[in-house]
Parts: sequence; C-alpha cells; structure tokens
Amino acid sequence: MKKINYTISIYTENNVGLLNRISAIFLKRHINIKSVTSSESEIHNVFRFILVVNVDEVQIIKLVKQIEKQIEVIAVFFHTDEETIFLETALYKVKSKSLFEERQIQNIIKESRANMVTVKPDFFVIEKTGWREETEDLYNKLRPYGLLQFVRSGRISVSKNTMEISKFLKTK
Amino acid sequence: MKNISGAEAVIWSLINEGVDILFGYPGGAIMPVYDELYKFEDKINHILVRHEQGATHAAQGYARTSGKVGVAIATSGPGATNLVTGIADAQIDSTPMVCITGQVASYLLGSDAFQETDIIGISTPVTKWNYQITKASEIAEIFAKAFYIAKSGRPGPVLIDITKDAQFEILEKFEYNKCKQIRSYVSVPLINEKYLTSAANLINNAQKPFIVWGQGVILGNAENEFLNFINKSGIPAAWTILGLSAISTDHPLNVGMLGMHGNYGPNKLTNECDLLIAIGMRFDDRVTGDLKTYAKQAKVIHFEIDPAEINKNVKVDVPVLGNVKKTLKKILPLIKKKSHKNWVSKFRKLNDIEFNKVIDKEYNKKDGGISMAEVIKSVNNNTNGESILVTDVGQHQMVACRYTKFNLSKSNITSGGLGTMGFALPAAFGAKIGDKKREVIAVIGDGGFQMTIQELGTIYQNNTAVKIIILNNNFLGMVRQWQQLFFEKRYASTEMINPDFVAISKGYFIEASKVDKRKDLDSGIKKMLKHDGPYLLEVVIEKEENVFPMVPSGSSVADIRLE
Repeated sequence: MKKINYTISIYTENNVGLLNRISAIFLKRHINIKSVTSSESEIHNVFRFILVVNVDEVQIIKLVKQIEKQIEVIAVFFHTDEETIFLETALYKVKSKSLFEERQIQNIIKESRANMVTVKPDFFVIEKTGWREETEDLYNKLRPYGLLQFVRSGRISVSKNTMEISKFLKTK
Repeated sequence: MKNISGAEAVIWSLINEGVDILFGYPGGAIMPVYDELYKFEDKINHILVRHEQGATHAAQGYARTSGKVGVAIATSGPGATNLVTGIADAQIDSTPMVCITGQVASYLLGSDAFQETDIIGISTPVTKWNYQITKASEIAEIFAKAFYIAKSGRPGPVLIDITKDAQFEILEKFEYNKCKQIRSYVSVPLINEKYLTSAANLINNAQKPFIVWGQGVILGNAENEFLNFINKSGIPAAWTILGLSAISTDHPLNVGMLGMHGNYGPNKLTNECDLLIAIGMRFDDRVTGDLKTYAKQAKVIHFEIDPAEINKNVKVDVPVLGNVKKTLKKILPLIKKKSHKNWVSKFRKLNDIEFNKVIDKEYNKKDGGISMAEVIKSVNNNTNGESILVTDVGQHQMVACRYTKFNLSKSNITSGGLGTMGFALPAAFGAKIGDKKREVIAVIGDGGFQMTIQELGTIYQNNTAVKIIILNNNFLGMVRQWQQLFFEKRYASTEMINPDFVAISKGYFIEASKVDKRKDLDSGIKKMLKHDGPYLLEVVIEKEENVFPMVPSGSSVADIRLE
C-alpha cells in the first residue's frame, strides 16, 4: 500500500504530558512524525495538535484509533493533502551586506512574494509562508548568498470539510 | 471534611472508592501516606510485599478474582520503577489497577533529587492514564478519575504520582465526588443495532460457525449471556488463555484452547469454519499464528468493547461494539435455535487424535519421570474444578491451562499478553485475598518461581493460605523446547542449578514437601490441600518434556504440530 502524507488533527484537553502520550503511540510503532504543531483551537480550553506523518491508509486508521483511545483526547481527524488547506512559515536570516552587493537577492525576494520582516545594519530577515516546495525553493535560491539562520514551522492546516468537534462537545 | 493533610485526603479517597486492601512498600517520598495508613489500620489493610513488582502482581491477582480495582502503592524512584513490569502486564491484559507512587517535593522536580525519577514519562506508554499531583487540592478529583478510568470500559492500569509536599499540604476543605463521566472519554461505545442485525443474519445462515472467546466475557461479567448465546446457537466455542474458566471446561460446546499450544480441533478448524465469531478477544499473535493464512475463508464478526481492536489484526466483516454483556443479550432473540452436530463432532474427532497422540501419553503416563500433566490431573481429581489456578509463564502454564478443569468463572489467573515470569507467586496471594473462600493453587516453574521467590515472606507474614506447586525440571523449559526444535539443541543458558526449594520454603516458615516419585504424587497433593495455611509442594518432573500441540511461531494455525 502506498505511503502518503496525512495531516492528523487532534483535539484535546489541556494537560501536561499529553504530547508525550501521543508521541509514544508513534514511537511504539517506529513511525517518524514529520511535523508537530500545537495551539489553542476554535473552542475555548480545547487544544489542537496537528501532526504530519507519512504512512499508508491501513496504518493511519489504526494510528488514529490509538490516539482517539487516549483518555484526554476529545476527537481525532485525518486528511490527505488534497482535503486540507495547509501552510508552513519559514524565516531566513541573511547578511545585510549581500542585500546591497548582490542585486539578484532583491529579485529573488520579490519573485517569491516573501516579506521583509526586519532590516538591521548587519542582517535582515525574510518571512515566507506557503507550501513546503515554496519555502524550499526560496531556501535553495538564498543559500548561495549565505544564510545566517533558517527555520521552518510545522504544518498548520484547516480541513476543507467540517470537523464535527463543536457539535461533539455540545452533546457531552 | 476540614483541615486535613493531602496524605489523609489520599486515604479518604481510597475509602470512598471502597478500597480496603493495599499492596505496597514504603519509602521516603510516600511516608506521609503511610503515616496516615497507620492511623486508618481498621479501615484499610496494607499488605507489605517484599518487592514492589510483587505489589502490582498481587493487585492484579486481587482484581481478577474479586472483580474490584487492585491498588498498589510505592515510593518514588526505584519503588516506582519496580512497578513498571506489573503495570505493563495489567495494561496488555486489561486488568483494573490503580498504582500510587510518592514523588519528590514539587520544588525539587527536575533537579535529579534523591530518588527522583520521571515515573509519569516512564509509565505513559503502559498506562491507560496517569497523572502527577502537585497540590493537595487535586487529590479528590484525580483519585475519582483514576478509579473510574481503571474500571470502566476496557479496564486498565492507572498511575497517580503524588509529590511529597502535596501529601503534607493542609487542605482547608475535602469533598469527594465519584467520577461518572469524562467528556473526552467514551468508556463503552454505543451499540449499533444495524450491525447486531447483520451479525444475527450471518449467524443464522452459517453452516460451520465457530466462536473464539476471550477475557472480555469475564471482564464484562457476561458469563451467563455468553452461555445462553452458545446454548441457543449451538455453535462450538474455543477460548484464549485469558478467556479460560468463563464457562465450564466440560460444557459440550467448549471445544478447547486456541493458539500456539491450544487444542488440535479449534486450531485446525479455524481455517475451515465459514463464520468466525470473536467475542471479547483481540486476535493476539499467539492465538492467530500467521495472519496471512488465518481464517481467510470465513466471514468475521467481532464483539468488542475497544474500537481500536476492530480491524487491528484481523479484517472484520461485522463489528459489534459494546459491552458483551449487553450485545450478547441483545442478539439472543435475533438468533435461531440450532445445533451443529456434525460440525461439532469434527472438533471432537480432531481432539480425539490429539488425545491419542499427546494427551493420553502425558495425562495418563505410567513410567519414566512425572509429567506436568499428571500433576494437574491429580489436582483435578482433588479439587472438583472449583479452585482458582494461578500460573506463571512457560511450559507449566500451557500444560496447566490445557488440563485444569474449571466449573467456576474468574478462576484462571495468569500473565497472558506480557508473559511475565515471576507473576504467579505474588498474583496467587493477591487472588486469595480477593476471594478468601476459595482454594488458590499456584502452579509455577522453577525459573519463574525464583524471579519473585521473596514473596514467600509476604505469604508467611500474612498467613495467606495459598498452595504452591513448583514444577521443577531444572530447566527454563519453554526456551529449552524452542532450542531443541528450532536451534538444533543448543541449550544456551537454560539449565538451572536450583536451590533446595523445600528448605527455602521452610526457611520462610512455610510448610513444604517434595515429590519425585509417581506413587507419592497424589498423596502429596492431598497433603498440600489438607494443610491449614500456606504450603509449598515441589514436584520433580521429567527433565526434557515438550509441550504439544504446537503452532510454530509465524506458522499457520492449520499447520499445528502434534509432535
């Protein structure tokens, strides 16, 4: 069976140690988590983890059931890339000198529709939000000019279809 | 209640949950709770074990015979880590257990303080739930949740870690409310009537239906519902090791044990039935053998409380989620009264082959060394199928479970999923405390016995009247058997030079004797059973005996070997 990227959305109570409990499910099965993001959700006091894993369809169903089984997990959903709107944010820190000496850099920034976050006398920071290919493309283009720092966030995503989480909580 | 300490709040929480027995071992970080236990001696009996692992297995044995939540208590650091094996055992065998561990004071957390260990981190993958209490005000709510989680739905172990300062902290007000639900936790899934109907249709139309049942029947207190179901449907039924004793071993539709060392008929016919009905079991690999060739010809119905078990190992056609006590009751009016005489006789015929090739030779052995089966036969002849059997892990476990006669449920206590050697001795005294009226017989190999041998001290101190049978072949028999069959008889580290078990037992002031001749076996068993109080009987058995039938690891159940 073909392995693809699945985005898992996990709605949980806000408890210490829950991330450990969730990640242990993957560790036990020797599955790598490609990306993790956690934040508040649309519901007050309910938290949301977004995980990306590369597994097959049989595995994802079993994994989601194991996650759902954890006491403080309220609901779990999983989606393919086609079923979600997803983004990542990347930050690029570059020497200010190259901005003025290498005219090409300004074109790269313009073409990639990246934003200039800050310009300091010795460095500047660019922010690019988009798909992995886009942030990677910018990374490859900027690297020859010397990147002082690069960082990319985990995936954030919303599903195209509704996730019936608010309704679920109301019935409780 | 006003102005009580966190430690006293722990005690009142336990009392509110109906706990009257704890298995544990004191130490620095749990001392405030022990100080309160001293004051509450009349309400809660504390059994001092000799090693914390023993506390968990005793709590398991207690839980399985009493049907209540077993409670183990230990200090921080090594006290807590010593619980881990028992917790893992309870997790995989779905045993309701609450473990309480002391922890260093909250302001010391993360400082590598004396006897500090991250027991929450360590126990997370092997607990149904765990929680670290750092404030006394959390105690009532967390204990209520812990007991609810441990016993509801598919039961399991819960660990509560309590910092020492939370135990000392004075609570202005203590109020205990039992937990009835948790919004993020569905203990028992809703029953889907549609699936009940399609399950009933499959059952009514099947020509060769076959039931495989597990511990879910016992955990759900569904023995009667299960009995009604098989009696009406006339379907032959076989058990997993943890399902054993749910119905009488002599029931005409009980066709025996499943899996690696199960009976010939049920294993062979798993791959001939046209409908496989799994009830409260989880298709463990020791039951299924090679999944690629497991019951491929059959439709599968799965009665199960845990949705994560559906399609986990075996693809299911009709999942019937819910507590089997309810689902079996609901399906009963939908199924037709039937008998499957020819089909049932197929099981009997195959089991007769097994009788001739295996059972008769070891159960009715006449010469050579004593066989393990003969010992069980003697126990059967002297107990009327009414005693509780506690087994350890290995050859003796397979033999004891294959041959022991059971007429009462909750009578077979063993470490199934985890296969924990050392389980039996502590589990046995826990089991006895859980059901004091019944005889508890622990059958243990010489290897496993030495893993928790120190619990003889606990048995002596509490005068717990368990009967201990050591089946001594001076070998780690099951590993030796594999070495013989699959590793060309290279007996690497399986031969044991053993101590004098009778002398050790007597050293603990427990009456003991040794049998090494066939003619003394029955009188030895009788003497053991007659003895008022704990007793150890060492039986010297045939040195190199193999357990058959056997489904070699990774083989199909249909390829079960008789020799």
